[in-house]
Amino acid sequence: MMSDKFTIYIDGTEIAARQGQTVIEAADDAGVYIPRLCHLPGLPPHGSCRMCTVIANGRPASACYQPVSPGMVVENETDEMLEHRKALIEMLFVEGNHFCMVCEKSGHCELQALAYRFGVTAPRFPYHWFPREVDGSHPDVIVDRNRCILCARCVRASRDLDGKQVFQFKHRGPHKKLSVNATARLKDTDLDVTDAALDVCPVGALMRKRGAYGVPIGDRLYDHEPIGSDIEGRAAEETDAPEPLEVGP
Amino acid sequence: MSEDLAARVSAICREYGSDAGRMMDITRTVQAEFGCVSEQAVKVIAGETSATLADVESCVSFYSFLSSEQQGKVVIRVCDDVPDRMAGFQRVLDTFSDELGIQPGETTEDGAFTLETTACIGLSDQAPGALINDVPVTYLSSDKAREIVRELRRHMDPRRLVHKEGDGNNAHPLIHSMVQNHARGVGAILYTPYNRGEAVHKALSISPKEVIRAIKTARLRGRGGAGFPAGMKWEFARNAPGESKYVICNADEGEPGTFKDRVLLTERSDRLFAGMTIAGYAIGAAHGILYLRAEYKYLRPFLEAQLQQRREDGLLGENVLDREGFDFDIRIQMGAGAYVCGEETALIASCLGGRGDPWNRPPFPAIEGYRGFPTIVNNVETLCCVTKILEEGPATFCEYGTRQSAGTKLLSISGDCLRPGVYEVAFGVSLREVLDLCGAEEPVAVQVGGPSGQLVGEGDFDRQICFDDLPTGGSMMVFGPDRDLLEIVENFMDFFVEESCGYCTPCRVGNVLLRETLQRVRSGGAEPQDLEDLESLGDTVRKTSRCGLGQTSPNPILSSLRNFRHLYEDRVAEAPDGRRRSFDLDRAVREAAEITGLKPVHDG
Repeated sequence: MMSDKFTIYIDGTEIAARQGQTVIEAADDAGVYIPRLCHLPGLPPHGSCRMCTVIANGRPASACYQPVSPGMVVENETDEMLEHRKALIEMLFVEGNHFCMVCEKSGHCELQALAYRFGVTAPRFPYHWFPREVDGSHPDVIVDRNRCILCARCVRASRDLDGKQVFQFKHRGPHKKLSVNATARLKDTDLDVTDAALDVCPVGALMRKRGAYGVPIGDRLYDHEPIGSDIEGRAAEETDAPEPLEVGP
Repeated sequence: MSEDLAARVSAICREYGSDAGRMMDITRTVQAEFGCVSEQAVKVIAGETSATLADVESCVSFYSFLSSEQQGKVVIRVCDDVPDRMAGFQRVLDTFSDELGIQPGETTEDGAFTLETTACIGLSDQAPGALINDVPVTYLSSDKAREIVRELRRHMDPRRLVHKEGDGNNAHPLIHSMVQNHARGVGAILYTPYNRGEAVHKALSISPKEVIRAIKTARLRGRGGAGFPAGMKWEFARNAPGESKYVICNADEGEPGTFKDRVLLTERSDRLFAGMTIAGYAIGAAHGILYLRAEYKYLRPFLEAQLQQRREDGLLGENVLDREGFDFDIRIQMGAGAYVCGEETALIASCLGGRGDPWNRPPFPAIEGYRGFPTIVNNVETLCCVTKILEEGPATFCEYGTRQSAGTKLLSISGDCLRPGVYEVAFGVSLREVLDLCGAEEPVAVQVGGPSGQLVGEGDFDRQICFDDLPTGGSMMVFGPDRDLLEIVENFMDFFVEESCGYCTPCRVGNVLLRETLQRVRSGGAEPQDLEDLESLGDTVRKTSRCGLGQTSPNPILSSLRNFRHLYEDRVAEAPDGRRRSFDLDRAVREAAEITGLKPVHDG
């Protein structure tokens, strides 16, 4: 329906949007990259990492959750938002125990890639150095909470894609941590090596065993192009492309 | 024993219909009976309610008053907030600790006592205070703490600690508490005579839409702090489609230094329940929930009796006041110790039996709230105002206050003043007038609106208490010349770190970093750059946090930096040699030295 389509403005650029979309969906379609960590198309939005915070019509809002409205004015890549995003990246780095140089996720890691994209080379803040548990009990999967950023992608994927509820959170505040649905450890859950929950971790917190370095360093996802390049690439292709078919909800 | 436990826990689940949505009641009851929600109890609850083990554990681990570790028969929770610290919290805690032979967080070997500290319990006007199981004890001292332990050892019954009851309904047999109301300001809500049933009767004599119009005409704004227009919220809920609708009263006043709802619940619960009933009529709801903070459990038997009385009087239940088709009843939902549950979506999540994580908005609760149905959440004081508006009409209500902030406001005043207590003032009153009222002799700073509000000084004393100038949900702490304001600010940051739900990055991590930087300033290890970092970090937390908790948690630091900057500047200095002042080379290499067995080589 024609009336369902309208224009919004991201950093002054006109963007086509549809009723029912979120700001991040409209931006993705238009090839405008809004950084994100917890958001993943195909999973319900979570709004926890706050990386996608934008100013929508004058108010801070997370783009993964904020519905578009006709004429909405969105500030995305302003100096101010850049500073907030850098601070958020630094927060996640000092909260966890991240050692990129020995992490097998390096090059595929979205947190690391965001740090590179935003020029965060060393955090201003002191590290927390909280001890965090590693659970290697499962024959095929390892949970390393040192690297977990509490984005709940695995929680949502297990529940919504796998039809299980393997993951959950325990405690609150700085003590919050990823828990598993068992009295003891991951091996006591019904997690299977083929579960979609294992494909969604943006960092190296949840990994299949025996798959390390299948892709050599240098050939990895973010080794050549910064994170978000795929989305930004859509803007170039878009010019004369036909409108995408609307499928599904 | 374990079979007994399984059977009893199953029975508790069934009392609540084995409904995972009543997880709070189930876990609280198990906690009360067994002193913990053990691993075995978690399994039984999960099996009985079809929640997952992880969900039950998640809920138990979220709330301060639930524990997976075995607690003592008597749990002593000493209130650790700023007014209590000013009144001698540390001495009291140390005495309890000495007398029991345990540290805070521990349980005596005989399983009799657990000692803990807790966030504000709503007794800042009679500090230092503590909760002993559900029983509040006030005006503590070392001597009193010692006496309490000795007496408890004799009978192990906290209720028998009440030797002298407080005023008003505190002396009611169902409350039987030593708490004093300290309701000092004569105002329009607390002290005016009240005719039971009058307001509900008047509401039912007009249409629900007219009730909403009356609330709008009175320009009633939410008293919890945010100040959202109540009539508008009601209209949203009334117009939202839904076969059920809900009225929830937020009686989870957790903002440190707030205790006005304690007095309203004690003395004017009838006015509150009338307000909820009127709200139910206006939006078309049949169900009301009073979400009562765990700290006010001692009021519950009394409140239940009040509800029962209203049912018998035809003011609750089917066909309220014989109005065909208007059914409305109220149940009490106990909280379990979490400040964030004062946030309306977190409160709803808690009512649904889960972690008190706030939701993303939209949808707003008025459209999709409790169990997916249109729900309004209003503060205790707001709902008392509703009753007042129906009794006397919107015009009378608006005689008090300002254009933007109509009516009166209850203030909970504590700290360095002669007459701490609850005051009802007209909106628009100046802070200076309030300070005179409560007998603040040498006020240097006032925390207006609790930790999430502002720390203001002399230069702001002529500002007005109202939504558009100095807003407050009711907390007001007065600080005299001898107080260390940065110590107070640090205590507020401790509070936010502890009470963050941990859902979003800025609040979970940012508050820890803000506190750490502040500690560095206080200990003399900071540089001017650290003050700039505090401001920019505070700004990030404020702007990017998901809910009101994180959006306001940097306020103690940001407002004190603005109004008392010299306190910070006096404690920072440029690093002399380009090395951060907090950097300690010996400490930095100590661990490596120990592991390698090599001795560090010193400069000098």
